[in-house]
Amino acid sequence: MIELDNVAYSYGNGPALLSDVSLKLAPGSFHFLTGPSGAGKTTLLKLCYKDLQPTLGHVRFFGVDGPELSRDAVASLRLKIGVVHQDCQFLDHLSVAENIALPLTVSGRPISASDLDDLLGWVGLSDQAMQYPQELSGGERQRAALARAVMTAPDIILADEPTGNVDWDMSLRLLSLLVELNKMGKTVLIATHDLSLIRASKSQVSTRVLRITGGRLTLAGADL
Amino acid sequence: MKLSNLLVLATDRQADRIVPPTGYTVRLTLFTAASLAFLAVFALALSLATSRVATQWSDALARSSTIRISAPQDQMAAQVAAVESILQTTPGISEFRVLSNEEQAALLEPWLGAGIPIDALPVPALIEVIEAGDGFAAEGLRLRLEAEAPDAVLDDHTRWRQPLVEAAGGLRLLGLLSLLLIGCATAAMITLAAQAALAANKQVIEVLRLVGARDSYIAGAFMRRFTNRAALGATVGAAAGVIAITLLPGTRTSESFLTDLSFEGLGWITPIFVPPVVAVLALLATRHAAARVLKGLP
Repeated sequence: MIELDNVAYSYGNGPALLSDVSLKLAPGSFHFLTGPSGAGKTTLLKLCYKDLQPTLGHVRFFGVDGPELSRDAVASLRLKIGVVHQDCQFLDHLSVAENIALPLTVSGRPISASDLDDLLGWVGLSDQAMQYPQELSGGERQRAALARAVMTAPDIILADEPTGNVDWDMSLRLLSLLVELNKMGKTVLIATHDLSLIRASKSQVSTRVLRITGGRLTLAGADL
Repeated sequence: MKLSNLLVLATDRQADRIVPPTGYTVRLTLFTAASLAFLAVFALALSLATSRVATQWSDALARSSTIRISAPQDQMAAQVAAVESILQTTPGISEFRVLSNEEQAALLEPWLGAGIPIDALPVPALIEVIEAGDGFAAEGLRLRLEAEAPDAVLDDHTRWRQPLVEAAGGLRLLGLLSLLLIGCATAAMITLAAQAALAANKQVIEVLRLVGARDSYIAGAFMRRFTNRAALGATVGAAAGVIAITLLPGTRTSESFLTDLSFEGLGWITPIFVPPVVAVLALLATRHAAARVLKGLP
């Protein structure tokens, strides 16, 4: 689905943040991406939804090389890749329900009120539907971001530190939602520095844990 | 303009909501569009008034000529009769008449005062000639006058009509140039306002791109917002301009056109076109600004 082949990335003329990174996100797989702060987790995720172009190497999306995608094709691609950002990135002048429905709104697809209600219920935000993002708690914002990411029934969910600003109970709740999506056949990649979250997932789902160290991507061992 | 540019103006309430509704650019666009539309109405009025005056001067002066006979008193009657005889047989003349003493006194009154003893002055005889159809051949008439009435001089007003017509034409050009400059200023100001709004909403645009919005969708939302604002501002400004022009004192004489900037006849329709033109300028300016901003996003 998404394939990185010997990818390198550096910001400006700086040193390479990522070097020789190869990764294949197979359908229905569940990956964790870990590493210290500043290691390049967010950068790798951005390469996976074409928010950044690799300095070297190739990123293929559903079999198509990144540079071959037109701007409209990139927009269509992002309807197949749901992204949960650490800072959520909502439009503050729209209600929670409108923010969640945004991918459908911008793509001109019809919005089913019952589907939206179901999704709000699934993430436990039925009562907050008409509130505005700034009125939500950290955990509620993360769940709203997750709901928005899955609104278009994407094939892949990319989550960047989804539990970074929430307590442990909320972290487990978000993890269970992502596991549930994976069991529905979605490919999931979570970037996190929270190793306890990775450990907690092992009883729920078969995962592959990747670590970024020194700009290189390696498969994490049993030390987790 | 492409049809897609106009289709983007079709109401899309959902899409319109993605652009935050407030910001100083709202007031800036409204004020700019209203002010420039107000000025555009005046420039239109100036342009139409000068055009009207140029036509009036050109038509009125082109169709009349004067023959001045400065003959000695004992030859005056004979030369006047000779000129009348020539004029009767000259093609392209609809009518002519010898100005009476009273009419000549009236012409001299501004310089010499009232009650001039016109009979005591060596005043030349004046004959007003009105052209018909394509007019007469001035050079041919001059040659005949020279032969049969040597003291008669034909003045077809060319010498002083042409500079007046050129002056009126220059003013008309000035009016059109003003309209052009106002159009450019409108486009520039709305481009700046749109760029400011796009810069202020950079995060909104980034989020929209990330959730799958196409460039045309994002640009369309901003284009609708700015076009509608500009059209609203221009409508208010144009209406205020028309009201201001109707309140101006009008003298309705061709010589005092600078105090008569009112529209006439179909001219009253022209201010109606100001808001649509401003809206089209806003549409193109916003599209240009949006394309530049979106090009910089992944």
